Order: sequence, then structure tokens, then C-alpha cells
Amino acid sequence: MEMTVNQNGSQLTMELSGRLDTNAAPAMMTKLEEVLVDGVSQFVLDMANCSYVASSGLRAVLNAQKKMNSLQGTMIVKNVVGDVMEVFDMTGFADILTFE
Amino acid sequence: MVQIMEKTGKELVVEATLDNLDQVLGFVESEAKQAGCPEKTVGQIAVAIEELYVNIASYAYAPSTGNCSVWLWGDVQNDSGSLRIELKDNGKKFNPLMHKPPDITLSADERPIGGLGIFMAEKLMDKLSYSYENGQNILSVEKQWRI
Repeated sequence: MEMTVNQNGSQLTMELSGRLDTNAAPAMMTKLEEVLVDGVSQFVLDMANCSYVASSGLRAVLNAQKKMNSLQGTMIVKNVVGDVMEVFDMTGFADILTFE
Repeated sequence: MVQIMEKTGKELVVEATLDNLDQVLGFVESEAKQAGCPEKTVGQIAVAIEELYVNIASYAYAPSTGNCSVWLWGDVQNDSGSLRIELKDNGKKFNPLMHKPPDITLSADERPIGGLGIFMAEKLMDKLSYSYENGQNILSVEKQWRI
């Protein structure tokens, strides 16, 4: 999986490309820890090119949401494809996350 | 190593490590496609097998390692198909299906990290079952689809 991070002032965007699986999730967690810091008020996770999410990937997404909550910022997940949305729905993540 | 057994079943044996996850999923996905499984269902099967395999790779032999055998049987009828997959290991006796279902209504901050993998596998597949025979943990997964 590839991650592309762009920062525009206090808005940070991360684009995921590929499978968010058990082997990719730790790298995403590490990256999130590095980039979600004081001063980031909005985090946008663009999942347009991600059609596969395992539970370890869900954990990484949950971590990002928790981090943004603790920074008193917002998080938006956008361009979620159907198969991934089903996983968000079945696990209750659809109620936790904000989609666009 | 992939073996073709008695026309219908195929077996892949790997050392149960996370490094071999891609090999296991590659085997399952290519066999599912060959059995005529629609792409969407292939993805669901892959996620389910990933969750079950990762569990075995992480806990069955820890802190040592051992093998995991992946058995696969496909069946295609006129208007439907099905796949049965078995994951076998010789590690510690453990039934991953005897878990407490996660509370999927909690808020982000209340949510524990983890506990979703087996739940997802159960949701994505038609049937999951566990047995322990001759010192082996056997996890059996079944999925059907319409053509």
C-alpha cells in the first residue's frame, strides 16, 4: 500500500492506494503518529484507491479518529468504495466516522 | 508448495508467519477466481481468510513457529458456486470462534483496539466452524455465490 500525505496549513490529507491489510497497517499507524500532531485541525483520509480493508486497517483508521478527537480536530473519510463501506457498516465504523 | 489432491481439493502448506500472508491470499484468490467466484466475493473471502490466518500466524505457535495448511475445495453448479477452505495448524489448541462479540455501537474513544477480525470473518462468510482433531486446529470456512 502507498500513502501520500499533503499538508495545507492546518489541513492534512492522506491518500491511500492499495490494500490496507495486516502487513500495511503498521506503516500507516507509524505515519499517522508522525503527521497527526498539534496544529493539525482537519485530517482528510482519501480512500478512493483502496478497495480492501482488514481489521488491522480498521484499527489504524480508528487510531486516527481517536488522535483527531484528542487534538480537538475533525476527521473526514472520503471517496470510500462500496466494498470498503460494507466493512465500515458491518463493524459499526460507519457510525463513528464522518464521510464525504 | 501447492498440491493437487483427488481432482477437487488443493492444498498449500506454508510456515505460519505474517510474511506468508500474501502467498496464502494469492493462492486463495486465484483458486476462487478459477472456481468462477465474482470479484466482490473474492475480496470478501480474502479478508476473512486474512483474519483467520493472521490469528494463526500470531498465536498458534508463539513464540515458536510451525506450519499452516490451507485446503481448498471449489464447487460450481449451473447457477451457483461455492468454496470451502480449511486452515489447519498443529499449534496450541484454540477455538477462535469462542470469542465475545465486539460492541460495535461504542464511540471512537470508547472502542478497544482489536477484537474485530473474527467478527468480520463471520459476517463475510456463510459458515465458519472449528474442530480439533488429531492434534490439529481445523478452521473451516464456506462461502456460496450466485452466477
